[in-house]
Amino acid sequence: MTVRTLVVWCPDWPVTAALSTAGLDQQVPAAVFAANRVVACSAAARAEGVRRGDRRRTAQGRCPELVVFEEDLERDARVFEPVAAAVERLATGIEVVRPGLVALPVRGPVGYFGSEQAVAERLIDQVAGEQGVECQVGIADGLYAATLAARTGLVVPAGGSAEFLAPLGIAELDQPAERRGPERAALVDLLRRLGLRTLGAFAALTERDVASRFGADGVCAHRLARGAEERPPSRRRPPDDLGVTQTPDPPLDRVDAAAFAARALAESLHDKLAAVGLACTRLGVHARTEHGEELGRVWRCAEPLTPTGIADRVRWQLDGWLRAEDRPTAGLVRLWLVPEEVVDATALQLGLWHGGAEDPGTGAERAGRALVRVQGLLGPEGVFTGVLGGGRGPSDRVRAVPWGEQRLPSADPDAPWPGRLPAPSPATVPAEPVAVEVLDDSAAPVGVTGRHVLTGAPAQVVLGGGPPRAVLAWAGPWSAEERWWERERRRSRLQVVLDDAEQTALLLVREDKRWTVEGIYD
Amino acid sequence: MPRSATASLAALNGVSRLSELTRTPADQTVGRVLPVLDGLADLLPWGGLRRGSTVVVRGSTTLLLALLAAATVNGSWAAVVGVPDLGLLAAAELGVVVHRLALVPQPGEQLLAVTGALLDGFDLVAVRQAGELREADARRLSARARNRGAVLVPFGQWPGADLELDCTGRWSGLGEGHGYLRQREVVVRSRGRGAAARGNQVRLVLPGQDGIALPVPTQAELRRVLP
Repeated sequence: MTVRTLVVWCPDWPVTAALSTAGLDQQVPAAVFAANRVVACSAAARAEGVRRGDRRRTAQGRCPELVVFEEDLERDARVFEPVAAAVERLATGIEVVRPGLVALPVRGPVGYFGSEQAVAERLIDQVAGEQGVECQVGIADGLYAATLAARTGLVVPAGGSAEFLAPLGIAELDQPAERRGPERAALVDLLRRLGLRTLGAFAALTERDVASRFGADGVCAHRLARGAEERPPSRRRPPDDLGVTQTPDPPLDRVDAAAFAARALAESLHDKLAAVGLACTRLGVHARTEHGEELGRVWRCAEPLTPTGIADRVRWQLDGWLRAEDRPTAGLVRLWLVPEEVVDATALQLGLWHGGAEDPGTGAERAGRALVRVQGLLGPEGVFTGVLGGGRGPSDRVRAVPWGEQRLPSADPDAPWPGRLPAPSPATVPAEPVAVEVLDDSAAPVGVTGRHVLTGAPAQVVLGGGPPRAVLAWAGPWSAEERWWERERRRSRLQVVLDDAEQTALLLVREDKRWTVEGIYD
Repeated sequence: MPRSATASLAALNGVSRLSELTRTPADQTVGRVLPVLDGLADLLPWGGLRRGSTVVVRGSTTLLLALLAAATVNGSWAAVVGVPDLGLLAAAELGVVVHRLALVPQPGEQLLAVTGALLDGFDLVAVRQAGELREADARRLSARARNRGAVLVPFGQWPGADLELDCTGRWSGLGEGHGYLRQREVVVRSRGRGAAARGNQVRLVLPGQDGIALPVPTQAELRRVLP
């Protein structure tokens, strides 16, 4: 049983979206290009002879004043969202098939507005009135027939989809905007060469014959041609507005008042989330001051936030803003919390008993609380844990991950890393590189040749402009040419032991014809 | 019948015979002393890191990491404050469980508050102060560690420490253009208060060959913590 479907179609949507983003008039001849080919053009451009699939040069030759845009799917979707919302205000359960195309089951709105014709008129008026966008409406049994009906603004009578589709050309099976890929184009071409020029002719074949000759995609196309449903529209639920807002009066400018506000705000956010069975793992804290300054920061959390957790973070954040050197010039008049990322509330299942000392979770829990407290003092980027990954140098193999974020290594640790230094590794790895000069017996600088050979035996090392220090022992170089596919990085490493009281052992690395200290074995 | 009943009771988790509980005084302090690698145990008067104590380390980052290693293997959490250039790879090679090692590289002016907060939640907190910590504040942190049962491991100078460890050593394995740094023989001197007042000195290979401190943590210990 096919669902009677209504489709709202905005013609040439990529061009409409591009023009409205650029702030240009819709009557301007314009075209959107992908890979130097026209994907969509405006009616004015079409009148000048620009066609889909033209090269840029051809199109501009036909229409010199053509405004050219690059294809941007995100822009299309972003600009389309208000249009979808405008449709949604009249009819619920819509599905945005793609930017420019909205489908909805027609039964509900018909029951409310009286007739299908009335629904179509109301929708066209609504979209044009609210968004100033032209659209066409088609109604038929099934999404595919309705989409084609929308081209001509037709209402196909119930049960008449197959009849409506029959005289249409076989090329309609391959809608470029649906991006079906080359298989569908090949299928259409094959059918045309077999003499099946209309959808009706293709639909007249039995499904079994189609399945045995044209495969799964052929069966799918055959279902479309017969007017059968590919799939019913998947209705979308309007996203719940989960944020909470507070407008403190008088404006907040003291830390204790902020703490009080944080508590109330946290409680209401948690209640709101709990009512829809969610818990928050990333929390956006935002504020606006009397002078219109906007402040905002997102807090990431390793585990779903409890009401106390939310209150703490809001308090720390407000504390931070109000105590900072460059504190806002006026009090906060508006506070709002946005759950940026939510998880199922079952993830926030507090234990019935907080286990005893044997519970392996307790140590981690206590440590986690302390780290979150430190993040409150220093900001979320103040606390790290390390993840060991693959690489050659001691600093390449470690990635510092802020507490609460996912611990992923930077490179595969199990891959072979030729040129990697053997253990033990230096216990001190300077965060800032320290420049160093390596000299041989005759006080000439030591370099590394293109064949990874030292130009002399290291005899002296000059650390950061200090006095030269004699080298007691040395080994190397360990060379590696890394990342030649983006920016070649030639590195050679050298271990030296200096002839002083402590016998300092250093790991030196040469890159871009300069030696630096990469590690100190202390 | 009573025999088998005792045996099945004693087999339960957390149940032990009275004789086992009262066997040696050392056993009674289990839980109050955090384990250290075997070679280092001789150095510490309590056979490990006593909870609530302040143990100063000087002269070797490797020694600092080695002190943390066995405790993190045993499930304790450790934090290192104010050491932006800590070599985590070396830590891992010494047997430190890096996912239980938190780093606060730049505490800045909040050093006192950060260290205080960490002492509440961590078993081991290592601190390198940039020099601006007042003596009274340092003593307050030691008192907080004592109160919370954590071990404070300052790196450098610290007033009123329970134990101070000084490390000097020399590397072997490197020649004139051949070999690589293999191991380092160190002499660690300890000096402190109370039981440690007499002072002590041990020779260690730290880090030993393949980066692991000698003596090595047993395979069973490693297997227990590695996922």
